[in-house]
Amino acid sequence: MAKEGLGLEITELRLGLPGGGTEKNEKKRVFSEISEEEENEKSNGPPELQSKSQVVGWPPVCSYRKKNSFGDKDGSKTSKFYVKVSMDGAPFLRKIDLALHKGYSDLAKALEKLFGEALRDAESCEFVPIYEDKDGDWMLAGDVPWEMFIESCKRLRIMKKADAKGFGVLQSREALDGTLKE
Amino acid sequence: MNYFPDEVVEHVFDFITSHKDRNSVSLVCKSWYKIERYSRQRVFIGNCYSITPQRLIARFPGLKSLTLKGKPHFADFNLVPHDWGGFVYPWIKALAKSRIGLEELRLKRMVVSDDSLELLSKYFPNFKSLVLVSCEGFTTDGVAAIAANCRFLRELDLQENEVEDHRGHWLSCFPESCTSLVSLNFACLKGEINLASLERLVARSPNLKSLRLNRVVPLDTLQKLLMRAPQLVDLGIGSYVDDPSSEVFSKLKAVIQLCNSIRSLSGFLEVAPCCMSAIYPICENLTFLNLSYAPGLQGNDLTKLVQHCRKLQRLWILDCIGDKGLGVVASTCKELQELRVFPSDPFDAENAAVTEESLVLISAGCPKLNSLLYFCHQMTNAALITVAKNCTNFIRFRLCILDPVKADPVTNQPLDEGFGAIVRSNKSLKRLSLSGLLTDQVFLYIGMYAKKLEMLSIAFAGDSNKGMLYVLNGCKKLRKLEIRDCPFGDVALLQDMGKYETMRSLWMSSCEVTLGACKTLAKKMPSLNVEIINESEQLEFSLDDRLLVDKMYLYRTLVGHRKDAPEYVWLL
Repeated sequence: MAKEGLGLEITELRLGLPGGGTEKNEKKRVFSEISEEEENEKSNGPPELQSKSQVVGWPPVCSYRKKNSFGDKDGSKTSKFYVKVSMDGAPFLRKIDLALHKGYSDLAKALEKLFGEALRDAESCEFVPIYEDKDGDWMLAGDVPWEMFIESCKRLRIMKKADAKGFGVLQSREALDGTLKE
Repeated sequence: MNYFPDEVVEHVFDFITSHKDRNSVSLVCKSWYKIERYSRQRVFIGNCYSITPQRLIARFPGLKSLTLKGKPHFADFNLVPHDWGGFVYPWIKALAKSRIGLEELRLKRMVVSDDSLELLSKYFPNFKSLVLVSCEGFTTDGVAAIAANCRFLRELDLQENEVEDHRGHWLSCFPESCTSLVSLNFACLKGEINLASLERLVARSPNLKSLRLNRVVPLDTLQKLLMRAPQLVDLGIGSYVDDPSSEVFSKLKAVIQLCNSIRSLSGFLEVAPCCMSAIYPICENLTFLNLSYAPGLQGNDLTKLVQHCRKLQRLWILDCIGDKGLGVVASTCKELQELRVFPSDPFDAENAAVTEESLVLISAGCPKLNSLLYFCHQMTNAALITVAKNCTNFIRFRLCILDPVKADPVTNQPLDEGFGAIVRSNKSLKRLSLSGLLTDQVFLYIGMYAKKLEMLSIAFAGDSNKGMLYVLNGCKKLRKLEIRDCPFGDVALLQDMGKYETMRSLWMSSCEVTLGACKTLAKKMPSLNVEIINESEQLEFSLDDRLLVDKMYLYRTLVGHRKDAPEYVWLL
């Protein structure tokens, strides 16, 4: 039986630590190189600027200021929306930047990537994506518009559907499949 | 003075407050050393690895206030790897064991764990003041411990720290009995807080003078807080967004009129420009305005605001204010002493926000200017020479041209003459940062004229060892020298090894210094710690001595090698 839950085909991905390899080289990479690369990946600037080689640590603006004071170009947000994601049965929590995703289906794909192995191992379980909002309530993901969701989501949990019954967020199966297959 | 009893001498020493002076006093004779050390309450340690907490405690049993600095300055720009060091825990642990009655702790660039904060909050019953600047390693749980346990807390000042936010019950941890707060700054915290708790806290803190909010505190809460604390002297606004026609906004306008003690204003982390007019009434009395974290304000908004700030002494602003806006600053802010212009988009070369023109205007319009930090896209020798003619009181002069090797765009010459003029005419200069195309010549000038210089930052400059040598030989008061990407090598490094004992530290990265030279230096100077940060794949220590070292950091110390260095830091 095909894995239900996120409604998308499970691809073969390891549930490994961020960065992939555990070779010492990975660990030895200069912190600044890593952060520069991250900035390049997530930069909202035009492609020409991204490929321009940016010198590590230049201009000499302290990292706190870099993260907190640079203006938005064309109103596009440079802020990040990192939330923790837990999955029932998976040993590690992960973190995901909601701002990187355009919508729920995009998010579903990303969650699959993160938890692929755990999803595979959980024998024919169905999963419900829920999130904790600003008021501390647990809500079913998918009801509100994406932008509103990003603003209010504090953490995500991929819960076993079986557990959902006692949790008070259960919705009809149709609604679930409907929202997730957007 | 030898005829006076100790108590009298001690009383005289009470009037000597500067660290430098007290240090000098302690060197006069054994008797003065003894009196001084028992009466010393405030100690400043510029490099936490230069001494151990045990020796500090042994010498100054009456210690009440400690300032510690950890990582080298270039750590601010990601040049120092993550777990390099600077841990405060051993200090707090040692102090806790010792029964020192610590009341004040100020830390800069240190790693502060939640455990450290918890220990701090529990072992010092008279603890009053915690100031953390550019620190990391703690979460809001640690902050909660401070709030909960420090019964006489006066100051909790968190500036530009990386704090993991566990969603905000820390503020609710201040007990109802806590009424002693004078200063509360949590602008760098990202997460939600309980707004009602904040209001109650402010309401029961009659001595509150300084309050800096984070971005989640909305305008209507701000209005309520100001009602409770019209006596504030320093205000940092979090979120400043509302509809100008709303009732809340009218209330805010009214209450701001009552806050006529405010002299320092910062924040506006989120801002609706149309609301800024409510602020104008307090602008007249402002002496410090920091809008460097308010990217939501455009040049026009900034200019309009600044026009009201006639008494401003210190201004921190983003370069989107533009040359025009700075021109308005030059004609309005005649009391200006310190100006910092930060880049709002450091990688955008097209929109030159501020140029040398407005720097010249500022130098002409603000006769009291003594401290400058200026990020710009270009600079000319002519402008710098004019600035040097207009301003002879600089203590700090830091110029950062975004393209680090850019020549004078008018003459295509290096900026040697411009900087030369600056050091020649500003005899009190203590701190200097250079940028732009620069040859050895600028260092000749610095060595010749910058006799009071204490800190020098150099990047992508110079032609040969001579450059560095001019500085080492000429700048007698030099304490901190940090160099990156310059063609300075072994000859310069080893010429005068004793010099480094007169300095706090030397940083050299991506220069031409070899491993062998560093080893030589370490061997000949046991009073220095020479540390190599090696992040390449080669982990073998016994490498070719001709290998160029990527990053070297050396500092004088009384206590030899540190024990907490990570494996990629080699202690020679």
